[in-house]
Amino acid sequence: MSDKVLMKGNEAAAEAAIRAGCRYFFGYPITPQTEVSAYMAKKMPKIDGVFLQAESEVAAINMVFGAAGAGARAMTSTSSPGFSLKQEGVSYIAGADLPCVILDVVRAGPGLGGIQAAQSDYFQVTKGGGHGDYRLIVLAPSTVQEMATFTALAFDLADKYRNPALVLSDGILGQMMEPIDFDDVEAGFDPSKIRDFSDKPWATTGTNCKRGQNLIKSINTNPVELEQENIERYAKYAEVEKNEKRCETIGVENADVLFVAYGTSARICKNTIELLKKERVTAKLFRPITLWPFPDDALKLAAKNVKAVVVVEMSHGQMIEDVRLNIQDKPIYFSGRSGGMIPLPADIAKVAIDAVSVIKNDGSNTYEGGRE
Amino acid sequence: MEKVFSKPHVLTDTPTHYCPGCTHGVIHRIVAKVIDDLGIEGDTIGISPVGCAVFMYNYFHCDFQQAAHGRAPAVATGVKRVHPDKIVFTYQGDGDLAAIGTAETVHAATRGENITIVYINNSIYGMTGGQMAPTTLMGQVTQTTPYGREASTQGFPIGIAEMLSTLEGPSYIKRCAVDSIKHIKDTEESLRVAFQRQIDKKGFSLVEILSTCPTNWGMPPLEAMEWERENVFKVFPLGLYKDKEINFYHKDVANADEKAIKASENSGTDCDSIKEED
Ligand SMILES: Cc1ncc(C[n+]2csc(CCOP(=O)(O)OP(=O)(O)O)c2C)c(N)n1
Ligand code: SF4
Ligand SMILES: [Mg+2]
Repeated sequence: MSDKVLMKGNEAAAEAAIRAGCRYFFGYPITPQTEVSAYMAKKMPKIDGVFLQAESEVAAINMVFGAAGAGARAMTSTSSPGFSLKQEGVSYIAGADLPCVILDVVRAGPGLGGIQAAQSDYFQVTKGGGHGDYRLIVLAPSTVQEMATFTALAFDLADKYRNPALVLSDGILGQMMEPIDFDDVEAGFDPSKIRDFSDKPWATTGTNCKRGQNLIKSINTNPVELEQENIERYAKYAEVEKNEKRCETIGVENADVLFVAYGTSARICKNTIELLKKERVTAKLFRPITLWPFPDDALKLAAKNVKAVVVVEMSHGQMIEDVRLNIQDKPIYFSGRSGGMIPLPADIAKVAIDAVSVIKNDGSNTYEGGRE
Repeated sequence: MEKVFSKPHVLTDTPTHYCPGCTHGVIHRIVAKVIDDLGIEGDTIGISPVGCAVFMYNYFHCDFQQAAHGRAPAVATGVKRVHPDKIVFTYQGDGDLAAIGTAETVHAATRGENITIVYINNSIYGMTGGQMAPTTLMGQVTQTTPYGREASTQGFPIGIAEMLSTLEGPSYIKRCAVDSIKHIKDTEESLRVAFQRQIDKKGFSLVEILSTCPTNWGMPPLEAMEWERENVFKVFPLGLYKDKEINFYHKDVANADEKAIKASENSGTDCDSIKEED
């Protein structure tokens, strides 16, 4: 039975969270994610759930810490300046091995920046951001459907690995409307388990004087033990890297140009590929879906026979560092806009055409590095 | 023979890490006795702070979460919303509660969050080695007020019981001390009322307990008690600051007026003009 509805990305993510069993949402208003809070505020009281508008993003993420530690599927959502504030709590959540979901609907920065869409939070969501050795599982939707599907998936991955998972969206994906189907979203979760915390035997549910203490903490002042905890957490991350890399490759197999882009930029690249056909330049798109773990092997494979790589981001180039780490034998170009400006297919196409013509003029396809 | 004294059941046998003569240990025992007396050990979830009491989970058998510095009331809120029938308390120092965690404290109080806060005011940052706290007295010498706290650069001590009692949300706010048998008895009684308030789902309760830090005050324990009585009590008067039945009006949203909801939806900015490029 199909369940197609027309929804904004932010609302789709909120609805998906509810369908994935989330009954505890803690938020603080910030554009362009406010629809998530508004949706939760309307729906949660009707389904015996909790929507709480916290006094700050700092408080909201710490409420998530408490609720997740108590055994529940808990969520918060924000936009970039708010995520900067949440970083402290995220580090504690990661350090206490708690599962939770965070939605970051990215806007332009730095500082207060602007409310238009951007992708300039890549560093702060994939490279830690908070203190200490930890990782976030990061999913990057590029459609309203994926806003929903990935939010639900984020809950499953968070529970599976007892780790915070983040959905990295942006102001465009959050605000735009597309038809979506909730069939895939419901699949993973058993609704009878909403308030059954038995599969989280570590949660602070009260001992009932029947078991020993459950303790949620990140502190360990014994260096030998703390290092061991970190080693175990990194073994878990190795599992995540082994099992959860996700990506999509679109376009002809033996293209000249490989675009690497995620989220909204990936959609723009799809249009650019069409535009380039008129210029007789063949291009394909590699779209990382998990930004961490980064789909490195698949990227190497996708880049194998191309002449040039063009990374497209709504920033001054953040993911490009991960692309460079994985591709050393091809020229890597960058096309991006920032501040809330959107890269246009024509501008991206020009970078791709120039890249191919430089190679033709060189008469070679070997790259010595440094050109961009 | 009748047993007249025993260690509270909820306390573990682990020796505490507190300095000799520190009142944190005394207060732990009182909290433990109240938990025992109310028979809530199996239902209690504690939130430990960042401060000297960070390891208090080692001394209690009940479940615990260890919060970031100042965030215990927010963490407690998350736990309590998931388990409204359990008993959730935080235990926080004055740096934790009245400096870095002021916002979390004030807002948990004003929401009337049904939790209990045990607030340890020792006029100093104990754990980090004796710096000025928001509660440090005027003229008091600390590591970061080597010439004594003075108003023109460091302002004045903050009275949490006074401040929070101006809010509508809290149900019970009391300031106590543990320098004498009489005051210890009063602290025990006040904590009993505070926890009972939560058990009865009557809302936010906070007991501020004036405490000594002999190590960082640079005094032997008994002298510290004397100094507390002579100086701290004058700035932070003991007593009941608020005791009120709060009316938590609850709206039945299951049958809420859909028209009102529609109206609130239309009041926001119209973000539909932001369109996607492809
Ligand atoms: C974010 C952060 N800032 C600073 C510290 C360092 N720190 C640890 S305990 C503490 C002060 C604790 O003082 P108080 O809350 O009064 O508790 P006490 O030790 O006196 O019982 C500070 C500043 C920290 N752990 N985390
Ligand atoms: S430093 Fe002060 S507050 Fe901390 S344990 Fe020692 S005496 Fe107690
Ligand atoms: Mg203190």
